[in-house]
Amino acid sequence: MAGKTLYDKLWDAHLVTEREDGSALIYIDRQIIHEVTSPQAFEGLRLAGRQPWRSGASVATIDHNVPTTPFNNASDIVDDTSRIQVQTLQDNTRQFGITEYGIGDVRQGIVHVMAPEQGAVLPGMTVVCGDSHTSTNGALGCLAHGIGTSEVEHVLATQTLVAQKMKNMQVRVEGDLGPGVTAKDVVLHIIGVIGTAGGNGHAIEFAGSAIRSLSLEGRMTVCNMSIEAGARAGMVAVDDTTIDYVRGRPFAPKGADWDKAEAYWRGLVSDADAEFDTLIEIDAADIRPQVSWGTSPEMVVPVDGLLPDPADEADEVKRSGMERAYQYMGLKPGIKTSDIQLDRVFIGSCTNSRIEDLRAAAQVAKGHKKADSVKQVLVVPGSGLVKQQAEQEGLDKIFIEAGFEWRQPGCSMCLAMNPDRLQPGEHCASTSNRNFEGRQGNGGRTHLVSPAMAAAAAVAGHFVDIRDLAPADQTA
Amino acid sequence: MEQFVKYTGLVAPLDRANVDTDQIIPKQFLKSIKRTGFGPNLFDEWRYLDEGFPGQDNEKRPKNPDFVLNKPRYQGASVLLTRRNFGCGSSREHAPWALMDFGFRAIIAPSYADIFYNNCFKNGLLPIVLPEATVDGLFKAEAANTDFQLTIDLANQQVITPDGQAIGFEIDEFRKHCLLNGLDEIGLTLQQGDAIREYESRRRAAEPWIFQEPQQQ
Repeated sequence: MAGKTLYDKLWDAHLVTEREDGSALIYIDRQIIHEVTSPQAFEGLRLAGRQPWRSGASVATIDHNVPTTPFNNASDIVDDTSRIQVQTLQDNTRQFGITEYGIGDVRQGIVHVMAPEQGAVLPGMTVVCGDSHTSTNGALGCLAHGIGTSEVEHVLATQTLVAQKMKNMQVRVEGDLGPGVTAKDVVLHIIGVIGTAGGNGHAIEFAGSAIRSLSLEGRMTVCNMSIEAGARAGMVAVDDTTIDYVRGRPFAPKGADWDKAEAYWRGLVSDADAEFDTLIEIDAADIRPQVSWGTSPEMVVPVDGLLPDPADEADEVKRSGMERAYQYMGLKPGIKTSDIQLDRVFIGSCTNSRIEDLRAAAQVAKGHKKADSVKQVLVVPGSGLVKQQAEQEGLDKIFIEAGFEWRQPGCSMCLAMNPDRLQPGEHCASTSNRNFEGRQGNGGRTHLVSPAMAAAAAVAGHFVDIRDLAPADQTA
Repeated sequence: MEQFVKYTGLVAPLDRANVDTDQIIPKQFLKSIKRTGFGPNLFDEWRYLDEGFPGQDNEKRPKNPDFVLNKPRYQGASVLLTRRNFGCGSSREHAPWALMDFGFRAIIAPSYADIFYNNCFKNGLLPIVLPEATVDGLFKAEAANTDFQLTIDLANQQVITPDGQAIGFEIDEFRKHCLLNGLDEIGLTLQQGDAIREYESRRRAAEPWIFQEPQQQ
């Protein structure tokens, strides 16, 4: 019999019951909650007269709606509907006894930055959140995926989820990443290869020497965008990097529990003889810094490539999608990425707002100024703690001297639910995860890139190949 | 949850692949704390010519006459015919809520994004998967006939065309059972409360750190 994959092990360890029809009840160790996808779930509990099964299993924070300019109270939020959601989360978490890192708490931040930072997500856990980028947390060697609001309510009420086992996919990236090639480029390249539906129905394990060489933060960037590859869950096996990251975090086990936990966690790797339903092999040497040109995350080109011609696409459905994307983006096939003039730059989101992302952007921005043609460069740290760390390292000053704006933590312009947004027709170099039509503001045009590429683009006013910069400005 | 047994409805064709949930219901409408009222803003950016925001009188907004749902022949449509990977992107359940609130009861496509697919069943919206060639055939048949209606027989797992052709589809048994009976999944799961408690006590012994409460920090 073949060995088990990491996903098989996590699934088996959380199986409560299997039903005859093939569905299963799996136990959920941790639920993360934010203000947008939870109000209807709490309302459902109230209407049915139910209590949370285990309120200590949940941890909440506000991120999607919060302004990134300083504010002290919910009542300072100008937008009525945003304020109501923030207040509703506060009321709901109080009523049901759930810990919330709210306004003014240094731990407040984007759910998928806050939770690993606190150690609220640990290897071997099942983690859910009403947010598709929950896959981020799989970087810790756990099973983490997004769910809908009905499921948020189901998990609150029962601490379980009705689930069906997904198929196993492994994406192996072997070899050394070139200079200037980051975790973001790795995952954009993968999506370019397998497409936005490539991972549908699968849990992806990212493996290979190039993945192992990434920091835990870098692995989170890769797992974050599993959903853009169609897979709800992405994960990386436990190794020294994982253990070193978790040790000492507030929720992490201590003393004898730590030793026991570490011993267990070290086994959270795919067996050598495990079989995958789908295996994708990628040579790290083929990965160049990426830029998305269209309205789907699979529409990417290397920074030194030309925008593709729909006429070369054999698949009719794909071709019409490309034509529509060119129309929306106001671009033409065959142009260079450096021909795209940028209006704004956004550095942040659950994909790229951790300390190493900010360091990479600061390293490029240091001693430079944003181009006059760029109206605004937003730098939005992922949490209050990331912000604090960045300020201790003086990164805020580098950004401010370069003419970038240093903001408060939140989701910000990744999805423009707060006041940070694009105007119709504007092009934005963004470190976020989705270039969908209107995502960053009605009519806005998003180009997905790494933090270093975004900072370089802010300085030049258009995309530049990060590998052409002086070595001191490059980030590995 | 509303029951779904057998249903006949007018088909509206949305001839696009990879329709994401940001398009189905844009983010500014996610600020509601209710499950209802999203219908007027379904596909907002495609449906209207101006920028939408919560609380508008949508009746007074300029509509895009080229968008399928604005065409007279599709008024009252309740079966959405579309292309591959429908519902990709954000996990927002507001997407099925908006489709239901608009009046859709079923979707037919070659494939769906996983989270969206799952969310549909929690709300009595039936996402039917048919092969790409079959979906293509339905697009052509719809284009050739006004008032093109399909009957969806969930019990027998069939889509029935106006000329009586029955096309079979696959669906998971548990989901079918819940949909046919309009069952409350939480109530069903709580019947297995003992199994959950038993599992918890096993885990608590083996991995006590999982049960460490944040308040104790």
